[in-house]
Amino acid sequence: MMLRPSTFRRLVDLQDGRVEMAHGGGGRAMAQLIEELFVANFDNDLLRQGNDQACFPIASGRLAMTTDSFVISPLFFPGGDIGALAVNGTVNDLAMAGAEPLYLTAGFILEEGFPLRDLKRIVQSMARAAKAAGTAIVTGDTKVVERGKGDGVFINTAGLGRVPAGIDIAADRARPGDAVLVSGSIGDHGIAVLSQREGLRFESPVESDSAPLCGLVADMLAVAPDVRVLRDPTRGGLGATLNEIALRSAVGIELREEAIPVSPGVRAACDLLGLDPLYIANEGKLIAICPPETAAALLAAMRAHPLGREAAVIGAARADPHRFVEMETAYGGKRLVDWLAGEQLPRIC
Amino acid sequence: MRYLQAFRDRGLVRAVAAAVRAEVQPARRYHLMEFCGGHTHAIARYGLAALLPENVRLIHGPGCPVCVLPIERIDGAIELARTPGVILCSYGDMLRVPGSGRTSLLKTRAAGGDVRMVYSALDAVALAAANPERQVVLFAIGFETTTPPTAVAVLQARAAGLRNFSVFCNHVLTPSAIQSILEAPAVRDLGTVPVDGFIGPAHVSAVIGCRPYEYFAEELQRPVVIAGFEPLDVLQAILMLVRQLNAGRAEVENEYSRAVTRTGNRRAQMLVAGVFELRRAFTWRGLGLVPYSALQLKESFADMDAERRFPLPSRPVPDHPACECGAILRGFKQPAECRLFATACTPDTPIGSCMVSPEGACAAHYAYGRFRALSETAP
Repeated sequence: MMLRPSTFRRLVDLQDGRVEMAHGGGGRAMAQLIEELFVANFDNDLLRQGNDQACFPIASGRLAMTTDSFVISPLFFPGGDIGALAVNGTVNDLAMAGAEPLYLTAGFILEEGFPLRDLKRIVQSMARAAKAAGTAIVTGDTKVVERGKGDGVFINTAGLGRVPAGIDIAADRARPGDAVLVSGSIGDHGIAVLSQREGLRFESPVESDSAPLCGLVADMLAVAPDVRVLRDPTRGGLGATLNEIALRSAVGIELREEAIPVSPGVRAACDLLGLDPLYIANEGKLIAICPPETAAALLAAMRAHPLGREAAVIGAARADPHRFVEMETAYGGKRLVDWLAGEQLPRIC
Repeated sequence: MRYLQAFRDRGLVRAVAAAVRAEVQPARRYHLMEFCGGHTHAIARYGLAALLPENVRLIHGPGCPVCVLPIERIDGAIELARTPGVILCSYGDMLRVPGSGRTSLLKTRAAGGDVRMVYSALDAVALAAANPERQVVLFAIGFETTTPPTAVAVLQARAAGLRNFSVFCNHVLTPSAIQSILEAPAVRDLGTVPVDGFIGPAHVSAVIGCRPYEYFAEELQRPVVIAGFEPLDVLQAILMLVRQLNAGRAEVENEYSRAVTRTGNRRAQMLVAGVFELRRAFTWRGLGLVPYSALQLKESFADMDAERRFPLPSRPVPDHPACECGAILRGFKQPAECRLFATACTPDTPIGSCMVSPEGACAAHYAYGRFRALSETAP
């Protein structure tokens, strides 16, 4: 499907042009967009071969595979955009198995009329994010839907990663007594997107924490290969993710509210809107659960990494037939951190 | 926000809680009702009940505007959202509340209805200005706190000459609800009110002032302490109520003096008086028909009244017969004493008003307090 540059007499107008139905039509226009935008930015040997698939030798040991679709609105928000998110999200899903990312795929569903300038920004952002995570987008797909049948751009990414020997990380491995750690402040991504979407202005703008966690995870596993559970608390936030771990591992989890890092901006926004930071999405944070004797070394390794500077031990797993996630509040009271009923909605008073 | 942190100071909160424990008389009962959903939320969110002695019991009142709205009004909003050409604007926590037949505004939106979540009544006016070919209806709910913004929206829409803006008015009044709780037939039969004192609303009182509560304090001999929504506010108010009860006083005191005055916000009151008038009666989920407990648009704003502009169904939907919300709201029963609680009635499938919003008494108990009851019965 790849054509040589000389085939096209004029470059695609990535400044003022817009997505047209022809860009997904399988013809010349599509080939040109792929070459001048996607291949030019994602640039790597496998993609340049221009096959319908990427072929590569497989490593020995265990592979991790994942996929995720991104339909976020707005497409650009403080601290990130849908492109960086699409790469980091999939890289992080691999990293939560302890896997180092090898290859990514990218599928685009574009809405007719979408400005090519914005698409270029998104593609460049994806290329940067892939590079930062030490991976590459090696095959992809583009479809165009009629105006009104999409929301600008939807992106699907899939990823393949290699799990180092001796690493066994899964959501059902937490045991009573294990330490529960978080890599930094919670709620930043959700509040950044919400404030952008609803036009809410705060004195100190909250930025998304979107970031690839594979580097942090590699540093963590170097000192603590016995980490039992890793999870990135995306949708549903810390509260939902911990409940999922408690359910799968058949343990209870007890948190200390004071130990959970929340930035002043997120706290203020949550107070104003009646939201609970425990249930707000993150895109560059992880929860780690490890045996108690490993916790100190793991915490030190996390804090030594730029993405884990604010890491903290926030609680511990314990035996509990109800598999409850409980939290000791700052005042010595207790509350249950329950599953969220539906999506979190702002309270009226 | 630093200012707010002072009202969350751990040392101060613990000191006040210790003072409450020190000052309660062991043989005495202190059943205190926090009227407002905001207080219920704060108590649950910060785990405050655990800091109190056994004989201080908090009763969660009906002050959650989402919870007390009867199903027929939600059906009305859903009907509006289904009407071709209508954009229905609603506050966030109203969207999930079920109407008849397991539907809701969220489900109506999924089925093609144009439902928009707004953060302010004025967002609805802006939508009306931006969509002149559509009818924009504000699903106005709430106590005295959200009523003045609705009045401003109505006045702005009138000033801008917007003919496509209207209000589905469901604003309700705090003092009428308190009166209904205190004067319920069950209360008269028992000859006693199961509530010994009230934690008075925070934001509502900023608008209406302390004065409206003076009647209850004096006539029914029940102390009222108006309190802010921070943990220190709530505990300080509890301490003030304990002291009043110990001394045999029944007065209106104001813990939330940084925001509330005796006369309230006169400008907001004038705005409301200019746009709204009393309804003869309004049905509350859990409390039933309460006379003069809600507002409607005045005759001079009748053209902006969605109930007059659109044909709305009026099919009263009775509360579930086994639902104990009425007794819970009045302090006769606790959530766990209802046989629907946490069985048929959960936050995902709410049956009664108290389970509907996270601020409702049963939902708060389900989310934050249930572990206690369950731990006691743990295998």
